Amino acid sequence: MDDLLREFLTETNESIATLDVELVNLEQNPNNPPLIDNIFRLVHTIKGTCGFLGLPRLAAVAHSGENILGKFREGKLVVTPAAVTLILESIDRIKELLAQLEQLEAEPAGDDNDLIERLDAMAEGKIPAGAAPPPPPPVEVAPAKPAAEGDFDHELGRALKPGEVSLEELERVFQETAVLPAPSKAEPAPAPAPAVAVPVPAAAPPAAQKPTASAAAPKEAVATAVPAESSVANQSIRVSVDLLENLMTMVSELVLTRNQLLQMVRSLDNSEFTVPLQRLSHVTTELQEGVMKTRMQPIGNAWAKLPRIIRDLSVELGKKIDLQMHGAETELDRQVLELIKDPLTHMVRNSADHGIENPADRLQAGKPEAGRIALNAFHEGGHIIIEIKDDGRGLNTRRIRQKAIENGLATEAELDSMSTQQIHMFIFKAGFSTAAAVTSVSGRGVGMDVVKTNIEKIGGTVELKSEEGKGSTFTIKIPLTLAIVSALIVECAAERYAIPQISVVELVRVSGNSEMKIERINDTPVLRLRNRLLPLVFLDQTLRLVEQTDEIDTQSEKFIVVTLVGSYQFGIVVDRVFDTEEIVVKPVAPILRDIPMFSGNTILGDGSVIMILDPNGIATASSETAATESTVVEDEMRHARSSELMALLLFTAGGKEPKAVPLSLVARLEEIDVGQIEFVNGRHVVQYRGKLMPLVTMREGFQMRTEGRQPILVFSDHESTLGLMVDEIVDIVESELNIELKSSDQGILGSAVIAGQATEIIDVGYFLTRAFGDWFKNHDDSPFGQASEKRKVLLVDDSPFFRNMLVPLLSVAGYAVETADNAEIALKRRDEGEQFSVIISDIEMPGMNGFEFAEEVKRDYRWRETPIIALSSHTNKSDFDRGREVGFADYVAKFDREALLKSLAQTLSTEGNA
Amino acid sequence: MMASTPATTTTGGALVKSQGTAVAKAAGGSSEYVTVTIGGQLFGIPVLSVQDVLGPQKITRIPLAPPEIAGALNLRGRIVTAVDVRRRLNLPPRPAGEQGMSVVVEHRGEPYSLMIDSVGEVLSLPDEAFERNPLTLNPRWREVSGGIYRLDGRLLVVLEVERLLTFQGTSSAA
Repeated sequence: MDDLLREFLTETNESIATLDVELVNLEQNPNNPPLIDNIFRLVHTIKGTCGFLGLPRLAAVAHSGENILGKFREGKLVVTPAAVTLILESIDRIKELLAQLEQLEAEPAGDDNDLIERLDAMAEGKIPAGAAPPPPPPVEVAPAKPAAEGDFDHELGRALKPGEVSLEELERVFQETAVLPAPSKAEPAPAPAPAVAVPVPAAAPPAAQKPTASAAAPKEAVATAVPAESSVANQSIRVSVDLLENLMTMVSELVLTRNQLLQMVRSLDNSEFTVPLQRLSHVTTELQEGVMKTRMQPIGNAWAKLPRIIRDLSVELGKKIDLQMHGAETELDRQVLELIKDPLTHMVRNSADHGIENPADRLQAGKPEAGRIALNAFHEGGHIIIEIKDDGRGLNTRRIRQKAIENGLATEAELDSMSTQQIHMFIFKAGFSTAAAVTSVSGRGVGMDVVKTNIEKIGGTVELKSEEGKGSTFTIKIPLTLAIVSALIVECAAERYAIPQISVVELVRVSGNSEMKIERINDTPVLRLRNRLLPLVFLDQTLRLVEQTDEIDTQSEKFIVVTLVGSYQFGIVVDRVFDTEEIVVKPVAPILRDIPMFSGNTILGDGSVIMILDPNGIATASSETAATESTVVEDEMRHARSSELMALLLFTAGGKEPKAVPLSLVARLEEIDVGQIEFVNGRHVVQYRGKLMPLVTMREGFQMRTEGRQPILVFSDHESTLGLMVDEIVDIVESELNIELKSSDQGILGSAVIAGQATEIIDVGYFLTRAFGDWFKNHDDSPFGQASEKRKVLLVDDSPFFRNMLVPLLSVAGYAVETADNAEIALKRRDEGEQFSVIISDIEMPGMNGFEFAEEVKRDYRWRETPIIALSSHTNKSDFDRGREVGFADYVAKFDREALLKSLAQTLSTEGNA
Repeated sequence: MMASTPATTTTGGALVKSQGTAVAKAAGGSSEYVTVTIGGQLFGIPVLSVQDVLGPQKITRIPLAPPEIAGALNLRGRIVTAVDVRRRLNLPPRPAGEQGMSVVVEHRGEPYSLMIDSVGEVLSLPDEAFERNPLTLNPRWREVSGGIYRLDGRLLVVLEVERLLTFQGTSSAA
């Protein structure tokens, strides 16, 4: 990507994040000229840069938003919630455009006239009735502490942002580096400028960066007359995260070299190296600590979005919520911060949705009308503690008990022996939701389990305290950094691996003739450990270092690393165990990110590269027992929603793992003599029923049979046929198609559990287009929160092929899909009183066609509000216009699944905002 | 902030400069390549993309990785992913006892070590000697070859690093 564009994206995203907070602030303090000025300036800057970079859509939206803000500034327009909502909407549009810009590196086609018209109308003082949403109730969001502190009066006058380090910190690192070559000259650096004082250039030590930065600082201070406290923020410069990462790598290397040197010198007596080495060692340690600190960021960065979210939620839910945030300045590692962001947001949303009652209920319960959600962060030992506390209705223990029994998680007797707190922990189980109604916000029973897993992934814990009627408190405890962890080094099949110490419970040595030995139940190895059976995973098998079929040697000496993942305990069998070592976790190369067994890699003290095992990945990949425990509930939940069984064809191609494809997509199964396969124009073809049929393979390295007959799955759609070469056709099963894991592999939609085995579902659409032209681009991953919200989609298409192709695609994207063969059937659904978030309809259909169908839908009140997306194989201008006319929200080409997903997301989000 | 005029002008200046060098290169009529041999065939890697040339290295195997990935190695504190180019080109493995070499290139910010048989020299090749891939070339090779240079008595295949490193498993890693 162009550097200029990248910089623009970073800048603008930052501004937008500030704008979100500021606008909410403005809504509460409408008569605050400096606030309006600042907002105006931010929007103006966005507009200006867009114009400069030639981004007309963005510029136009920003321009119209700026007009309104200008009127606010001149006092010609009064700040109303409706106006703020409209501006927030334009900010959202800018966000969307930015996201697309980032992906496509160009502005997406289309226009925003709808929005701009409303903005302009607002600027002229005309608020069209109906067009603007009703003024939301006043929201009392207590201004966030970071917002209050990080002064926004000037570009530099704000709290540290992601990727920024305080100048002081850099100064220190610089000083320590400078010490190395000339220790005698190393005077202690002058104390960094006191926090409140205006920076004094004279105090600058002979450091390169300082003069420029501090020279700039007073100027800023004079120019804008910022309050004294923001001069602290002026002490910072912007440094790219890459640079910091590099610095970190270099320091790690230095530490390792130092360790090696120390080891060498230790064996020498009275070496002249001893003293300078000690000095080197000391300085290295300090340097390491200094660099580590540059990665630390205030947790407030993860909170910045919350006031906006709470504001929107309170409008949506008709509640009054007061959000308080304490300890926003508490620092933690950038990486941990990124990982904690989403779970935190989710929990706060949950509190607002489930925890806080309606104003009426609250008054009745004798509580103040406005509910309170308090976030509190502080350090404790090597951990950071985050509390999320609400004064809502608390957890309903009785409902949780009932639900736990319903889901078969526990028996009545078991529950009786549990403490209230233990019962409450059930809400972290997958598929568990006690919310009476599923709202768009939460209540689907997905989420809390994900929150818990994500927190546990970084070695954290979640605790929960709740009192009915009084409120709930969630306490999250996470380590400060993931950069340096203690790891156990093990050996398996002559290779060494690191296991993070945090998940290791104990080590057990076993051998055939000792008391501790591996036993087996129907070939499943287990270990008796203090009267409990511990499931075992052989690392060499899991990593396919040996053939699965190899006889497992239970006689020789082995070591078992007893590992705890969440509440699941299992043993990893390895050949040898070495020492524990402090390691610097480095991410693996992008090619290897798909391997779930590794969480990273590192360089050991002896300079060799070693892979770090991810106990989570090993647990999920190798244990069906652990998987079923949590999936049983999920499956049941899904059963309740849709019980559509699908016939699936199981086969293998290039590997042992089973693959599946909906049987209805397969036209025929053929075996073709390899002699008939011809190689034309760079690809394999075969003469099939008087035509040339292209043959494709699952992946590049697929070994075609060299003799005999090659099994082929034939797919056909109208005129075109396509053959997929496979190794073996295994079975046909009836199963539900719930794609659990999305795949980044092209040609694979994702994985699902079929006949008790994780199976890859292949994407026929991909192969069709590969054989017949236009490649699809990568489909984007839906972010954390979105994936958990299942929207109901009705797909109307007469071609079973397309229905079958789209259902898996859409369910991967997180939609609950139902299908109808034709418009009449779809309308029957309406008469049955069903509701959908969105309808996708084919145009060419026998009987009632797509246009007529849309007209019919819009005619009746029941589905009038449901957006319809048209799906057609030819998208010409007149079709497009007619589509708009009859009320289609969008018009998408049939093969363009990316466009379809985008269109769905867009349609649903506009629907949600309006 | 982006808005400050000096900042944008500087970036703009840099843009113009980089275009300038591109023009200069075209006008010069030649390109520079580091030559390497793999299985007896001469290949060229654009000299500017080569960061390092390494002798035999200790490589850590990575289980479950795509077969083209030979493993990972430590290059002065950086973890570099080693790619077996022979494997990528569908060539048989290097005969036992023969030691290979590696050329380190950067692809999307990540270092990769391309394992090849030996490294030759840096050649400046005139544009006149360049030719597009013959259509009959093996598709595997055509995929990674950016074209052919006719040298005296030998042919040099231009290795396109970007395409060489795009195979099953990497396609989606942006």
